[in-house]
Amino acid sequence: MSEVQNTAEQSSVPEQISPLRQQFREFWFYFSENKGAVVGLFFFLFIVFIALFADLIAPHSPDQQNRDFILIPPFWQDGGSIEFLLGTDAVGRDLLSRLMHGSRFSLFAGCIVIVISLTFGVLLGLSAGYFRGFYEVIVMRVMDVILSIPSLLMALVLVAMLGPGLRNAMIAISITYLPHYVRLARASAVAESARDYVTASKVAGAGTMRLMLVTILPNCMAPLIVQASLSFSTAILDTAALGFLGMGAQPPASEWGTMLAEAREFILSAWWVVTFPGIAILLTVLAINLMGDGLRDALDPKMKRS
Amino acid sequence: MGAETVLKADNLKRYYEVKGGMFSKGGTVKALDGATFKLEAGKTLAVVGESGCGKSTLARLVTLIEKPTQGELVLGGMDIASAHSKEDMITLRQMVQIVFQDPYGSLNPRQKISDILAEPLKINTKMSASERREEVLSMMSRVGLRPEQADRYPHMFSGGQRQRIAVARALMLRPKIVILDEPVSALDVSIQAQVLNLLTDLQEEMDLAYLFISHDLSVVKHIADDVLVMYLGQPVEHGTRDEIFSNPQHPYTRALLSATPVADPNRKKDRIKLVGELPSPLNPPSGCSFHPRCPLANDRCEAERPVLASTSSALVSCHAVEEGRS
Repeated sequence: MSEVQNTAEQSSVPEQISPLRQQFREFWFYFSENKGAVVGLFFFLFIVFIALFADLIAPHSPDQQNRDFILIPPFWQDGGSIEFLLGTDAVGRDLLSRLMHGSRFSLFAGCIVIVISLTFGVLLGLSAGYFRGFYEVIVMRVMDVILSIPSLLMALVLVAMLGPGLRNAMIAISITYLPHYVRLARASAVAESARDYVTASKVAGAGTMRLMLVTILPNCMAPLIVQASLSFSTAILDTAALGFLGMGAQPPASEWGTMLAEAREFILSAWWVVTFPGIAILLTVLAINLMGDGLRDALDPKMKRS
Repeated sequence: MGAETVLKADNLKRYYEVKGGMFSKGGTVKALDGATFKLEAGKTLAVVGESGCGKSTLARLVTLIEKPTQGELVLGGMDIASAHSKEDMITLRQMVQIVFQDPYGSLNPRQKISDILAEPLKINTKMSASERREEVLSMMSRVGLRPEQADRYPHMFSGGQRQRIAVARALMLRPKIVILDEPVSALDVSIQAQVLNLLTDLQEEMDLAYLFISHDLSVVKHIADDVLVMYLGQPVEHGTRDEIFSNPQHPYTRALLSATPVADPNRKKDRIKLVGELPSPLNPPSGCSFHPRCPLANDRCEAERPVLASTSSALVSCHAVEEGRS
């Protein structure tokens, strides 16, 4: 099948096509086979769009308190108004605008947590798997200790030490996620280091850095990407949880978890104040999980049919 | 052309320290215990022996992945023990390259063929990207691959094609010596012949010295000029191909040769059966390490370690041959 495909491609597509575009085309071909992943991707892009242009799209300022419109229900209910599509909260702030601005916090928190824990996790895990010996024992036992403490509790303790706030919450969550990356990276690095192609690179003269980062690392990425996309969503959840517990983003920030916490007392009287932030978290997390699944399929060359 | 000696190994040894566990004593594994040979340009030296006899350790020493515990290894006039500077290492490295047994594990699945082949040049030379590309394509055509295959990934190739790629990678730096670590034993018989012929052609073209590691004697008979038979880290017989195959002296060599299947149903079967297992190199037998399995062993073999000595044909390390017992 590959022969047929390739010759067809060569005759119809001229040589000038840039390798980057070629790569993207290939990526999209495999990614788009997973319909759920495509839906997830589009919803995720939609949220990214909202987060980027929240200032322009949001009908109101997220912090503007409209004293005359306290706890207005969504527009389709009795007493609702078109001016506040999803209603207002206990101090008259527009819920839709707050949700839109809140997506910034969540995406930002998710990204930063992933970047920090992935970078340090891969560096520690890869070096542990490559160098082995005493260094590996130290790194892995420290990770075991972190792993043995319930993650939210650990994050709470860290935030309590560092002081509440979104930045410290992100640091704390990154630390609790670190062991997963270290373990995955180390396990793959140990397996890959023993393969012949690594020896071949060594014989060709590749140095330690090149061997670790250019030769071994790309072969360890598949499980790490899946883990990253899955923990992107749990990072959003944990940030929301810390916010809910009053240890994350501080009011009046419109972070989704903090919004939930503020609205807790109205859960019986004004359902919308609690429900919409919850739905926002749910949909975002779901979209990212779907997307991560497709990403794994598309990025693993072993799953490609030649 | 006069055979230029490109590699000389003298009494090469490689021991591994084994750490003792809670209940076991540590020890020394004598993976390679005194190998002496030389490689000449354009010639093939085959190293044969069963698993665990030190063939692969030898390959690791010659490719400079590991340093010998003892002994001298001279590559192109330079003793590797004296090479410390980066330039020396680059020169030495460009002289020796290796082709592995398993073509599925020896190519990085995440790299395109062109990147795999260009890597040695990228590390060791100052060529520009377009020069490298040119070099890669010319090497690909030399080993019988088409230029449009350059941008494919290894999993899109068959075993034989992959082994061609591995050969091409080994030749990118224009080495003088290529270690072939069982290069065809993972391939179909029909493909084996193709790859072997390719290797022979390349050897003539580039005047390469091959160190051919194998346990397949029919392949060795086809490609080797000289043969080194190893047993438990020690060479037991060393001679030209014809000497070894037509007149094997050492009882181990004879047993090995008698175990080679021949496609002739009428041939008289006089297989020499070896009894017992290969002893652990952690605790080798006293005297001649082959004596527990040798049909000709006597008290002297148990006590005294034989050395390689010249006989009527090959170099043999055996008391029985020396004394004329058989």
